[in-house]
Amino acid sequence: MSDTIIELKGLTKKYGDFTAVDRLDLSITKGEVFGLLGPNGAGKSTTILMMLGLTEPTSGKVSVCGIDSTVNPIEVKRRVGYLPDDVGFYEQLSGRDNLLYTARLNRLSWREAEKRVDRLLDRVGLREASAKKAGKYSRGMRQRLGLADVLVKNPEVIILDEPTLGIDPIGVREFLDLIVSLSREERITVLLSSHHLHQVQQVCDRVGIFVAGKLLAQGNIAELSKALFSDKEPYSTEARIERTETTDGRPLAEGLRARLLGLRGVVSVRVDGNRFYIGSTQDVTTLVAQTIVDSGFGLKSLNMKEYGLDDIYTKYFEGGELYGKTA
Amino acid sequence: MIFTRNTLKEGSYMEKLHNAVRQLKTRPWAAKLADSSSRYLERVRERRMNGVTHPFWVIVQKEVADHVRSWRFNVLLFLILLTCFGSLYTSITNLVDEAAKANDADDPYFFLKLFTLSDGSLPPFHVFIGFLGPLLGIGLGFDAINSEQNSGTLSRIMAQPIHRDYLINAKFMAAFVVIGVMFFALGFLVMGFGMVIIGIPPTAEEFLRVVFFLLLSVLYVAFWLNLSVFLSIRFRQAATSALTAIAIWLFFTVFYQIIVNLVARAMMPSEMASPQQLIGHQQFVLNLMRVVPSQLYTDATTTLLSPSVRSLGPLTMEQAYGAIPSPLPLGQSLLIVWPQLTGLIAATVICFVLSYVSFMRKEIRSR
Repeated sequence: MSDTIIELKGLTKKYGDFTAVDRLDLSITKGEVFGLLGPNGAGKSTTILMMLGLTEPTSGKVSVCGIDSTVNPIEVKRRVGYLPDDVGFYEQLSGRDNLLYTARLNRLSWREAEKRVDRLLDRVGLREASAKKAGKYSRGMRQRLGLADVLVKNPEVIILDEPTLGIDPIGVREFLDLIVSLSREERITVLLSSHHLHQVQQVCDRVGIFVAGKLLAQGNIAELSKALFSDKEPYSTEARIERTETTDGRPLAEGLRARLLGLRGVVSVRVDGNRFYIGSTQDVTTLVAQTIVDSGFGLKSLNMKEYGLDDIYTKYFEGGELYGKTA
Repeated sequence: MIFTRNTLKEGSYMEKLHNAVRQLKTRPWAAKLADSSSRYLERVRERRMNGVTHPFWVIVQKEVADHVRSWRFNVLLFLILLTCFGSLYTSITNLVDEAAKANDADDPYFFLKLFTLSDGSLPPFHVFIGFLGPLLGIGLGFDAINSEQNSGTLSRIMAQPIHRDYLINAKFMAAFVVIGVMFFALGFLVMGFGMVIIGIPPTAEEFLRVVFFLLLSVLYVAFWLNLSVFLSIRFRQAATSALTAIAIWLFFTVFYQIIVNLVARAMMPSEMASPQQLIGHQQFVLNLMRVVPSQLYTDATTTLLSPSVRSLGPLTMEQAYGAIPSPLPLGQSLLIVWPQLTGLIAATVICFVLSYVSFMRKEIRSR
C-alpha cells in the first residue's frame, strides 16, 4: 500500500496578492479513498485543477501516477478521471451520446466505445434513461452520468469535486456506495472533495483538512482526533452505573473516581449523578469496564465516544482566524 | 375510363421495370457486382466502426452535427436560400432585356450576370451575401466557447486527454466546413438553375470566377466567425458577445461610412487644388473605407464578377487613354483584388490568433 499515486510538494497558487493554495504537501497512496475537506473557497478546486494540469501552479510540484501534471497534462488526463462540481452535459444529446463522445475523445473506436458505455450505463443504473436527452436528467441522474463519464477512460485515479452537492440524502448514499464499491473492486484511487463532513466520514479512508489554502491535518478520523486533541484527551468514554451508593448508604462515587483515575492513560474523570465521563489518551474501555465491575457497581452501559469530523471541523474553525474573518 | 386506362398503363410500366430488375438479378455478372459492392461497403463500415478517429476530428464531427441540427443555422440557411432564389429570379427576368442589347463589352461573360444583374427591386446575390454573410458568421460563432463554459461542459471536455487548442481549432474548422459546403452548394445550385433556365453553359473562366467568388465569400464569413468566436471567449454571456458582434457589424456597415464621409468633407481640398491633391484626397478616403472588411469584400466581388472593372481607385484620363475597352482576363482581375484578398485573410488570421491566445490563457473552471 506504500506506492504513492498522487504527490504534491510545496504546491502554491497565487492570484495576484491572494494565495489560493499555500505550500501544500500531500501524498495519496494507490487504492485509497481520500477526502479533501474544507469550507468553500479553501482552495480545494484550485488544487484539483493543478493536479490535472488545467491550471499552472505558481510554484511547487505535482505528480500524478508518476507524471508531472504541469509538464505533461495529456498523459495525466489519460489516467485520471475528473468530475467537476456541477458537471454539465450537452443537453441536446442523449446521455448515451454524451458518453460516446467522451469515449471517442479518449481514442476508443466506435465499437469499443459503445460496448464500454453500455456497460457503464448499466453500472450506474441509467440504462432506461440512456436514450433520454441529457437536458432532461435530474440532478442525481446527471451526477451518476458524470461518474460513468469519468469511468469511460478506465482511469487509475478519479477526482470528484463536490460530488454530492445538491443530491437528496438517499441519492447521496447510493452515490457514495457506488464510489466505494468501485474503489474496492477496481482498485481505483479516489480523491473526493467536499464540505460535507458526514459523507466524507462515511466513505473515506483518510481525510485532509484544508482551510485557507493550507492543509491543516491529515489522517484517518482517529488519527485526526489524536492530532487535534492531543493536548487534552482524544478518547472519551461514558460509563453509566446502576447504583452510586453502597448498601449502607455511603456514597462510593469518590472511591471509584479515584480508582479510575489511577488507570493507565486516564487523564480526567468527571462524575455526574450515576454517569462517569472518562477522558483518556488511549482506548481504555475494557479497563474501565473491569474496574467498575470489580468494584461491585452494576455497569449499565459503556460507550466510547469517538470525535466526529464535526468536532474536528469546529475545532479548526475556532482556531482559523482567516475563516472567521471571511465568514 | 381514362383513369383506369392510365392506372393500367402505369401498372404495366411498373411491372416491366420490376421484371427488368428481376431479369438483371439473374445475370451472373450483375449478381457478382452487387455482391462485391455490398461486401465492400460492409468492409468499409466495419473498418470505420473499429477504427480510431483522431480526437480533433471527433470534435469537428460533433460540432458540424450540432450546427446542422441547430435551429439557428437552419433559420439562417432558410434566409439565405430565400434571398438567393429571390436574386436569381430578378437576374433571370432581367437577363431577357439584357440579351436584347447584347452589344455590351461584357458579352462573353453573359453567364456571370446571373450573379450580378438586378433591376433595383432586389439587390444581386453578391450584395446579399455581403450583407447576410456577417450575420451567418456571427450566428455560428457567438456562443462557441461561453455556452460550453456556462453549461459546464468545457471543464469536462478539458479533463479529457486532448490538447487545449484542439477544441478551438475544431470549432473553427467545423463552422468553416459548414459555411464552405453551404456556399459552394448554393453557388453551384444557382449556376445549375441558370444553365437550365437560360440554356447557356458557363465558360471555364466564368466557372473559375464563380469559384473564386465563393471562396472569397467563405473567407469573408470566416472573418466574422473568428471575430465572434473571439468575443465568445472574451465575454461570459452569450448575449453580450452576440450583441457586441452585431454592434461591430452595424458600426462598420452604417456608421463607419458616415464618419468617413464627415472626415472626407472636412479634409476636402479647395477647388483650386491641383489634380494630384484631388487624387490624393480621393485615395485617402478610399483607403479609409478599406479598413472595413465589408468594403474589401464588395471591392473584390465586384471585380471578380464584372470583368469590365479595371480599377478600384480613380483613373486619370492618361491612364485610361489607349486602353482597349474589353473585359479583363481572370488573372488580371485577381491581380486587382490581390490587396483586398490579402487584407481579408490578414483580418481573419488576426481574429483567429486573438481568440487562440486568449483561449489558451484562459483558466478553465467549472461554470
